[in-house]
Amino acid sequence: MENLIIAGKTYSSRLLVGTGKYQDFDQTRRAIETSGAEIVTVAIRRTNIGQNAGEPSLLDSVPPSKYTYLPNTAGCYSADDAIRTLRLARELLDGHDLVKLEVLGDPQTLYPNVVETLKAAEILVKDGFKVMVYTSDDPIIARQLENIGCVAIMPLASLIGSGMGILNPWNLQIIIENAKVPVIVDAGVGTASDAAIAMELGCDGVLMNTAIAGANNPVLMASAMKKAVEAGREAFLAGRMAKKLYSASPSSPTTGLIGK
Amino acid sequence: MIELIINGAPQQFPTPLTAALLIERLMLTGKRVAIELNGEIVPRSQFNETLLNNGDSLEIVVAVGGG
Repeated sequence: MENLIIAGKTYSSRLLVGTGKYQDFDQTRRAIETSGAEIVTVAIRRTNIGQNAGEPSLLDSVPPSKYTYLPNTAGCYSADDAIRTLRLARELLDGHDLVKLEVLGDPQTLYPNVVETLKAAEILVKDGFKVMVYTSDDPIIARQLENIGCVAIMPLASLIGSGMGILNPWNLQIIIENAKVPVIVDAGVGTASDAAIAMELGCDGVLMNTAIAGANNPVLMASAMKKAVEAGREAFLAGRMAKKLYSASPSSPTTGLIGK
Repeated sequence: MIELIINGAPQQFPTPLTAALLIERLMLTGKRVAIELNGEIVPRSQFNETLLNNGDSLEIVVAVGGG
């Protein structure tokens, strides 16, 4: 399959995965390995002072030497908090500048606050960050984020953690048609067919966490998602047949039938 | 005696100390952490020279699992 290019770097997997909500780090490691993902999101949080000396860390199970870390701003409700978080992340990860910006607007829905997102994107891009940005499926906001200089537009398919699937394929299609940077569906995928639908629409990739971590068997779901993303991409590239109510064109020859 | 606000909670230390020494006191030596001091990033290369003063506010963060 042809490669995904984000901010000039080439990736062979179009599945991006989160590292949260797993039972333990071993399950995290096995699921992510199975998914074939090369880009993994991580969160930045206050260290638990004095309570975790010697405790295993995510960095041991999902080493940044093996995966491209995508530090996120999950849980940030203002541009300012998101910017501070990503500056800390850049320092934490030795100058790593590929980041996932998300500024939330509401703890109930985790719906993005696009006004704060636009503000933060502008400052982060000027500050040298390569910003992959989580946003609503509003095509105009997507275009504005691209114009600011974001390296990937990541519209939601449905609400974070909802598993509701692709609720507005038409908006996603408009975003995909207009964008010159990769469009990655982020949030809302619940099962393999959702990922395949996103890819069939022409998305450049899919980012998910709960769909894998929240499955009864996360490692098996990671395998399913890998295949779904690949299958959806191939179907998109192959170009599907037209939908017709009747074809009147059987797949088998109409001549040479016996007994005629 | 100085007081620092570390990750939102006040902590007392007998004398002023550097960021490097603080990391040691908090048993974070060898851990990958990043520090923000009064809203500004402190590069790891400057931990040794960065002196912390009474009333300073610090955020000390790590990478954790997240989506």
